[in-house]
Amino acid sequence: MTIADTQPHMQSTQEIGTAWERMVARRRFYTILGLVILVVAFVSSVRFADESNAGHFFDRLPHLFDFLSWLIPKDWNDVWRALFDIANVNDKGGEEFNFDKGRVYVWGAFYIPEYFELMIVTINVALISTIIAFIFAVPLSFFAARNLTSSWPLRIVAKRLMEFLRAFPEIVIAGLFSAILSIGPVAAIIAISLHTIGALGKLFYEVAENIDMKPHEGMKAVGANWWERVRFAALPQVLPNFTSYALLRLEINVRASTIIGAVGGGGIGEELKLSISRGFGAKTMALVLLLFVTIVAVDQFSAWLRRRLVGEHAFLLQH
Amino acid sequence: MTVIDANRMHEIETRYPEYFHRSFRQRFGGLMILIATLLYSLYAVWFFDLPKLFAEAHWERVGIYLSQWVSYDVQPEFRIGDDGSIDIRYPRFSPLGDNPHPDWLVNNRDGSITVSISGTSRTVTVSKSETIVTAHGISVPVEVSSGAPKVVGPVPGWMTVYDDNVLADLGFAGDVSISVDRVKIRKRFIGWANFIFDTQSSFFDKSVGEVVSLIVSGPRIKPDQSNLSLAFDDIWNNSEWQHGDVWTKLFQTIVMAFLGTLLGSLAAFPLAFMAARNITPNRLLNQILKRFFDFLRSVDMLIWALFLTRAFGPGPLAGSGAIFLTETGTLGKLYSEGLENIDNKPREGIKSTGAQTVLVHRYGIMPQIVPVIVSQTLYQWESNVRGATIIGAVGAGGIGLKLWEAMRTNANWENVAYMVILILIVVFIFDAASNALRHRLMGTKTH
Repeated sequence: MTIADTQPHMQSTQEIGTAWERMVARRRFYTILGLVILVVAFVSSVRFADESNAGHFFDRLPHLFDFLSWLIPKDWNDVWRALFDIANVNDKGGEEFNFDKGRVYVWGAFYIPEYFELMIVTINVALISTIIAFIFAVPLSFFAARNLTSSWPLRIVAKRLMEFLRAFPEIVIAGLFSAILSIGPVAAIIAISLHTIGALGKLFYEVAENIDMKPHEGMKAVGANWWERVRFAALPQVLPNFTSYALLRLEINVRASTIIGAVGGGGIGEELKLSISRGFGAKTMALVLLLFVTIVAVDQFSAWLRRRLVGEHAFLLQH
Repeated sequence: MTVIDANRMHEIETRYPEYFHRSFRQRFGGLMILIATLLYSLYAVWFFDLPKLFAEAHWERVGIYLSQWVSYDVQPEFRIGDDGSIDIRYPRFSPLGDNPHPDWLVNNRDGSITVSISGTSRTVTVSKSETIVTAHGISVPVEVSSGAPKVVGPVPGWMTVYDDNVLADLGFAGDVSISVDRVKIRKRFIGWANFIFDTQSSFFDKSVGEVVSLIVSGPRIKPDQSNLSLAFDDIWNNSEWQHGDVWTKLFQTIVMAFLGTLLGSLAAFPLAFMAARNITPNRLLNQILKRFFDFLRSVDMLIWALFLTRAFGPGPLAGSGAIFLTETGTLGKLYSEGLENIDNKPREGIKSTGAQTVLVHRYGIMPQIVPVIVSQTLYQWESNVRGATIIGAVGAGGIGLKLWEAMRTNANWENVAYMVILILIVVFIFDAASNALRHRLMGTKTH
């Protein structure tokens, strides 16, 4: 907003000068007001959070690293043993060192270590739910795009549906379906898919609304119907961006499937939660390491693929 | 679509050969990706063993749970004594309170009791020798005088006969279980019972007018407390709906998202300047900080939450800390990318006047970057409000755990619905507020 917009009738430099000063003063006032509100909200939130927490911040702060040191294994080689399910001499029947339990034998003596198997489950949950969501989000986004769908009720329905799917707590869907389908990764797949339909759909229809309409007009001129126009005029333009966003979402979903796993969706999240809550140092380290490496690998792979698909510009991180 | 003839087609083909003779990858790449996706989907079906899972699924529970989201039931039990008397009992925490005299239960003159399950079309009449279930247009008497309940006449499809009891399923309206000495009825009502006052409250079962007049001018129910504060106490501490607890936990979730995002933003802001290639020319520092951001993001919110709950104990402090650590990574990455994309000319201009570094940053960079920072931070705040519900369930405080516990009992689905609605309202409000704020700050139109 400039002064000329608000007061077009002003002529003299002096008038403009005073108006400018007034505008600056007002802006400064709002900035300070905003900051004061923010500080007050911050201080009261900190106090509220501290009071309703089980342990208080300053009481517990010195113990923060106690806990971490407790998680550091006595023998660092245990981390590798835990990761690759190699039997440990410390194993005396307890759960902390039973590394060789849970191996998945594939062929004779060849086995997949337990944690790798769990990681595969988690990645599969993320991958399949991204694929499912992609299949549903593409048509939904075309229905929601202003330039492709002229019927506004359909557009509104599609947009509201996606908003609802985005906002609905994933954990509730996971809980509901684990009551129906028994606890396991499938409930997580459904929960993440539904959320992803909403999240991807929003990104998709924004892409679809920004396409070049000339091919569309050309198709219209030769009498193509809605389906043909979308298929031949819109889809080729948006597909690289769609794929890029889907890959971005895949990264997010790997994390999401870990979290849902921790609340009963199976996979590595559940194991991690158990391991941390029981204070198994070596196992926790192994799990964190595996998770870290996997997430970095998925991120890097998807970044590389996205760069090839759409170039540098589609690197906005959005949830 | 208009179809063109072969001559014209050929002409076009000679003019634009590159569009008709494409490489193998161009021609079949898409198809192969499609086939690969299909094959992967088949593998996933096998991997998660979907056919078995879906075959064993309890699909009937979908309807039951969903109907429980919006309804409640009352379960009166009729005990038939040896002397023929019928004794009515209600469960201890019946939604009707301690002294229920519902109008859907009629004492007949001959000593029998008629319960209306759904109007007059579905009723159960209990007497000492037989129980008559009327539904779907027929009346089926069940004799209860001998050793086991016996259905008189043909057994209809909605009735199941077991060894020592007979179960009549009356659909959504409820069901009846008949055995020799007792008849148990489950009658279902639409709505949320006792949403405002629970059965222990002195205001229970009073009409709105009565409650208002009690609060405004009535005599004190408890001598040492005004009726208004008593009413508020009763609502806030409603034992069934736990309004106070739910709202506090919801507020905790919002506070967690707010604190985490704000602190993350404050920490990420200076770090991003050091991580941006164009502002800090030290490549090593750039790389170290960028990998540090990646590390914070990759070691997920969940892991931070689990760690911090062990350190600080369960509660919003742990949740805020987890969001703070993740957000430092996410926002640091976003800010530094934003900084790398700024126009360098203003900086150079200010530098050429001999200004100090701080001033160069203040006037050369800040005006360009502030809209990006504010917008990204608001985005993250909004998405963290959603995310915070989940980490709550692993013990980081907030409504997540409450939600998860309500679901695990498989009985409190109406409480789940209540919390879900609250969360949805909060998310939508935040969505709208952050959108409005963002557009006001950036001066763009809403889409």
